[in-house]
Amino acid sequence: MTMITQPDVPALWHELESRVAAGHRFAGLFAARAADHNLVTLSAHLAVKGEGEVGGGVDTLQVTLPLGATRYPALTPRLGAAFWYERVIHDQFGLVPEGHPRLAPLIRPGQPLPRHVEGYGMFTIPHGPVRSGVLESIEYLVETPGEAIPHLNMRVFYKHRGVEPRFTGLALPDGVLLAERAEGIASVAHALAFCHAAERIAGCTPPAAAALVRVLHAELERIANHLDVAVRLADAAGLAVATARLALHKERVMRLISRMCGSRFGRGVVVPGGVTALPRLSPADLRAELDKLVTQVTAEATALMATSSFLDRLRGTGPLTPERARTHGALGPIGKAAGFADDNRLTRPYDAYPDLAVPPARAHAAGDAMARLRVRWEEVESSFGLLRLAADQLAERVGDQLRVRCEPADGRALGWAEAPQGEVLYDLSLAGGQIARCHPRSASFHNLVLMHEVFAGDILTDFPFIEASFGLSVAGVAL
Amino acid sequence: MSLWVLRGLRDGVVTTRWPAKPDPYADDWRGPARLATSPADPTSPDDLTDLCPTDAITVTDGTVRVDQGRCILCGRCVAERPGVFAWSQGATGLAALTREQLIIPELPETDAAIQAARARLAMRTRALHRSVHVRHVDAGSDGSEEWEIQALLGPVYDIHRLGVFITASPRHADVLLVTGAGSRGMSGPLRTTYDGMPDPKVVIAVGTDAVSGGLLRDSDQTTGGVGATVPVDIWLAGSPPSPFGILNALLIAVGYLNPDGKRSR
Repeated sequence: MTMITQPDVPALWHELESRVAAGHRFAGLFAARAADHNLVTLSAHLAVKGEGEVGGGVDTLQVTLPLGATRYPALTPRLGAAFWYERVIHDQFGLVPEGHPRLAPLIRPGQPLPRHVEGYGMFTIPHGPVRSGVLESIEYLVETPGEAIPHLNMRVFYKHRGVEPRFTGLALPDGVLLAERAEGIASVAHALAFCHAAERIAGCTPPAAAALVRVLHAELERIANHLDVAVRLADAAGLAVATARLALHKERVMRLISRMCGSRFGRGVVVPGGVTALPRLSPADLRAELDKLVTQVTAEATALMATSSFLDRLRGTGPLTPERARTHGALGPIGKAAGFADDNRLTRPYDAYPDLAVPPARAHAAGDAMARLRVRWEEVESSFGLLRLAADQLAERVGDQLRVRCEPADGRALGWAEAPQGEVLYDLSLAGGQIARCHPRSASFHNLVLMHEVFAGDILTDFPFIEASFGLSVAGVAL
Repeated sequence: MSLWVLRGLRDGVVTTRWPAKPDPYADDWRGPARLATSPADPTSPDDLTDLCPTDAITVTDGTVRVDQGRCILCGRCVAERPGVFAWSQGATGLAALTREQLIIPELPETDAAIQAARARLAMRTRALHRSVHVRHVDAGSDGSEEWEIQALLGPVYDIHRLGVFITASPRHADVLLVTGAGSRGMSGPLRTTYDGMPDPKVVIAVGTDAVSGGLLRDSDQTTGGVGATVPVDIWLAGSPPSPFGILNALLIAVGYLNPDGKRSR
């Protein structure tokens, strides 16, 4: 990871643009105000493209705005992926990105925007923030002449909890707890990304046994999340038995997680410098449980992918073009389904992943809900493989050390982890052993904005399929 | 389609019989921190309060108390001072009729308040009988509470067997499940949903975040729990609570169970 300071904003944008054109991935844009003075710094993160399969780290390009600056030239017209990032900066600092196409509040309350599409018979269907099922709060404003969806607006501020400022002043052990609750269904991935940043500042490496325990929990979390998406898709298609069967398997996975660590969401396991404890399940019992699960889940997935009435609803639904996935740097299964695969377990491996040989993602290009579900099943399959390997390796390391000292005082570093939704990125600054600033960026935030662009040719009844196939969490969007 | 008919018969009945029959998974669930059964006399009680990231531990006149409505189940107090604190076991028994009831050992004056709350709740739930429609509103959760409520609709917990249904419209709802720390953006929609429900109605604050705001209690973007926006009848601790815990709270709301876990009718 390198920090590159640029003289002014246009120079930063130019560097960013040329590096994205060269194949690097735009991974986020944040602003921060230094604690002791009023200068605001813009930091853009770039996931470096490496040689072959293994990528480089994540670079940070940054620029300090002149004192008292209230405006800067917007990045969004040059790089569409910055669309939401610049709106958040506007919300947080009142800075105006000049030339931004639609500068409305994103994580702070604001008036609904005027309709994007005008014309005879056009109207808006507001959907949310109180949804029709047990779902997280978000408001979709569907602009439609009746069936087609020429434009979709999203208002995500309802759930904004102020997570980011809450990090400031916390000690590291408390920071992990907050990271686990930033996006509750990806607790392990958030804790990992946070701890990786802290460990990078401290220059420590978790022991091998701890790295394996981390992989076990991260992969079980992935399986639970992918099963949840499958449940929602089957439910949207009205397949009652498939919904029940998949929900049963998801519950089994969550019970396995709770048997291992006491929490159904794998919380309290990952800490800076390692993990708190070995799984309470013996490696042999864990292997037996995994063997049972993999048979059941695989059989169900095979049956689901042979149910034509279900597949008809997914095929061609909500397509994301490969070109758009690439320029946006679409993360996780959404990116993979559209031919843009940048899996951090493979390209920027951490913990035990370098030794476990994560299989590369199979090539997809359709980018539709079908491809996204296929990617998820492939990930579930590879997760089970990784789990078995990790469980076997852990069996040989029972009794090993699980934690090293990790008490960094000052510094700034990035940490990342591959959540079920895609890459989670933490930009952590410490001062005097406390968190001076922590900026979490979930895959949900980076990916959700793409929902604006996937309704070509789709109609209202496709909406639940598209939403479910994205598989994101609103909690991670409006932190 | 016949494929799925056959698949549906696999594994036989997976649904729990709880509360008619005990369920080991409900009893084994690791809940919020409590005081150890015979707590060692804390040598320096003032240190204890610093252990907790959410200030759930208080010490007054030498008495150590744990506010389970603030406990986020991080387990730090149990790990650091095992002689004083322990994990509570079991998913039930974490639903309280007053906010103060979640503080253990109980404060002297709460008993009368609990009796009054119980009488008020019983009067309203009498009308609900054994068919209850539930509306859920997320007021700034981390997403995990939604998973646990959704689990109730699955084959393992299957709340339909108990006459409990999730409804899309507040107009049909008898019970309001509220999750999340009470984000300011959701105050209005939450209040509108509550106002849209017909009387009698029961509000359940699901999880530590909804009860007290959890780690985000002091954030200026939350109200530190949902009690500031809607009148809460049942406070359910847990971060997130277990599906059994949520089910237990629902059954108390409809008067099927008493808060002490006994069948009421």
